[in-house]
Amino acid sequence: MSGLFDDLRDLYQEVILDHGRHPRNFRRLEDADATARGDNPMCGDRIELFLKRAPDGTIADAAFQGRGCAISTASASLMTEVVKGKTAEAAKELGAKFRELAMTGACPDCGAALAEDMERLAPLSGVHEFPARVKCATLAWHTLNAALDGTKEASSE
Amino acid sequence: MDGVAASAFDVARIRQDFPILSQPQARGRPLVFLDSGASAQKPRAVIEAMVRCMETAYANVHRGAYRLSELATDAYEAARAAAARFLNAADAREIVFTRNSTEAINLVAHAWGRGVMRPGQAVLISELEHHANIVPWQMLRDERGNELRVCRVTDSGEIDMEDLERKLADGRVGLVAVAHMSNVLGTVTPVERIVAAAHAHGAKVLLDGSQAAVHRRVDVQAIGCDFYCFTGHKLYGPTGIGVLWGRLEHLDRMPPFLGGGDMISSVSFETSEWAAVPAKFEAGTPPIIEAVGLHAAIDYVSAIGMGAIEAHERALVDHAMGALSEVPGLTLLGRAQDRGGVFAFALDTAHPHDLATLLDRVGIAVRAGRHCAEPLHARFGLDNGTTRASFGLYTTKEEVDILARALTEAREFFK
Repeated sequence: MSGLFDDLRDLYQEVILDHGRHPRNFRRLEDADATARGDNPMCGDRIELFLKRAPDGTIADAAFQGRGCAISTASASLMTEVVKGKTAEAAKELGAKFRELAMTGACPDCGAALAEDMERLAPLSGVHEFPARVKCATLAWHTLNAALDGTKEASSE
Repeated sequence: MDGVAASAFDVARIRQDFPILSQPQARGRPLVFLDSGASAQKPRAVIEAMVRCMETAYANVHRGAYRLSELATDAYEAARAAAARFLNAADAREIVFTRNSTEAINLVAHAWGRGVMRPGQAVLISELEHHANIVPWQMLRDERGNELRVCRVTDSGEIDMEDLERKLADGRVGLVAVAHMSNVLGTVTPVERIVAAAHAHGAKVLLDGSQAAVHRRVDVQAIGCDFYCFTGHKLYGPTGIGVLWGRLEHLDRMPPFLGGGDMISSVSFETSEWAAVPAKFEAGTPPIIEAVGLHAAIDYVSAIGMGAIEAHERALVDHAMGALSEVPGLTLLGRAQDRGGVFAFALDTAHPHDLATLLDRVGIAVRAGRHCAEPLHARFGLDNGTTRASFGLYTTKEEVDILARALTEAREFFK
């Protein structure tokens, strides 16, 4: 049956709806060694991100709490999954590429090394057609940078 | 009576007055504009009056001794007279033009709050206020120590009058500042009763009429308040102009808000003397073209009749209450007895921001978020915000039905 909003399935793919409804790693990390808060003052979305680093500096665990729309919740959920095991530099590099994906719908210079991660994040690429919603998708990644840099607060204005 | 009002009010004809309503939208759908509470669309009469002013009668006001400047001054002062009639003010000098309601409230917070009120006096607002009627009073409190009290709102979204009485009881409240109509709940507040209670305890009253003045006939003398404000852009007029009405005796006592040209009678480097009201509060070149636009907007709604507009909107509100209550999973915020055409709601499966994206896709413009009323959303436990549909005089029952159907489908989409 064709519905009124069928053509929005590109934006709200099943993966997004699933992670939006049932976010993964949606909890506090009591033994976190890096945290940051991210705010989107325009819509009131808010996340608190927790990172636990392994002795070798890689991200051993990532989790988040907060409130937001399906896109920001799904983006944070997917992010906490893909950054595990990465060094800070690799996680930030992935974030930069993801922002390019969210803004343009593509990432031509992502390369083979990031191919698998970008494929996991690809369901969010539909936001590039909705400029007002790009910030929803990138809030978690801005917050990740803040946590890794120790600046504690991020804002996706 | 209803029949008379209904036959005089032809919404199809009114819609033709608003060019934007016939602009084709993306994907060929008609525009269903349900965000008039944020800012209303403009009728051709307003657009043309502003163009005509710029093309034929524009110069700065109160300055040049030449014909064009006199024409512009006359037009600007005619707008003041129109605003005075619109509010049934006793004297056009009681009308101060501001940039918007926010500036009008800030003017009172500065000139009355800092200039007339004593530091020991409190300001009483309510839980349903827009940020514009919260933040200026917090700033006054933080700067001068004036206590800020907040009157509770009942679960149905009405001012808790018993709480209002309690918070007035010690006689220390100097000013009660409340909305005449909530921009979230749609609640029309019982302003006559609020004024009577406040005055009985020696407090003055400022009413934020940003929403109410668009939907109802406002008579500041009958209400009996001390200050009243509204903004042009919600009344089908341009942005950049608002109105503060204040009793002449109050305005006379208040020091200026902003300093500059036009608000003085004489200036030397040692001292300046203030001009008389209202010029005292209108420093610098005022919004001249915008005043002409506001005048046209007031003439426009007055020709239709505020009574007819109110009757149309009452019918629309009744229709919307029915249509929205049939949408599964929808929770309406506020169930006030006396309410206008503003409906904020939560849908159980969809975040307001996601919902607004879906509705936008089919040409329905609504606002999502907390509508500059964050404390009110916290009061009702809706930290994610709400989606808000707000009506104008051009809104139709069919548009309400389109919204209700879209909401039902959107709920399924996110289920």
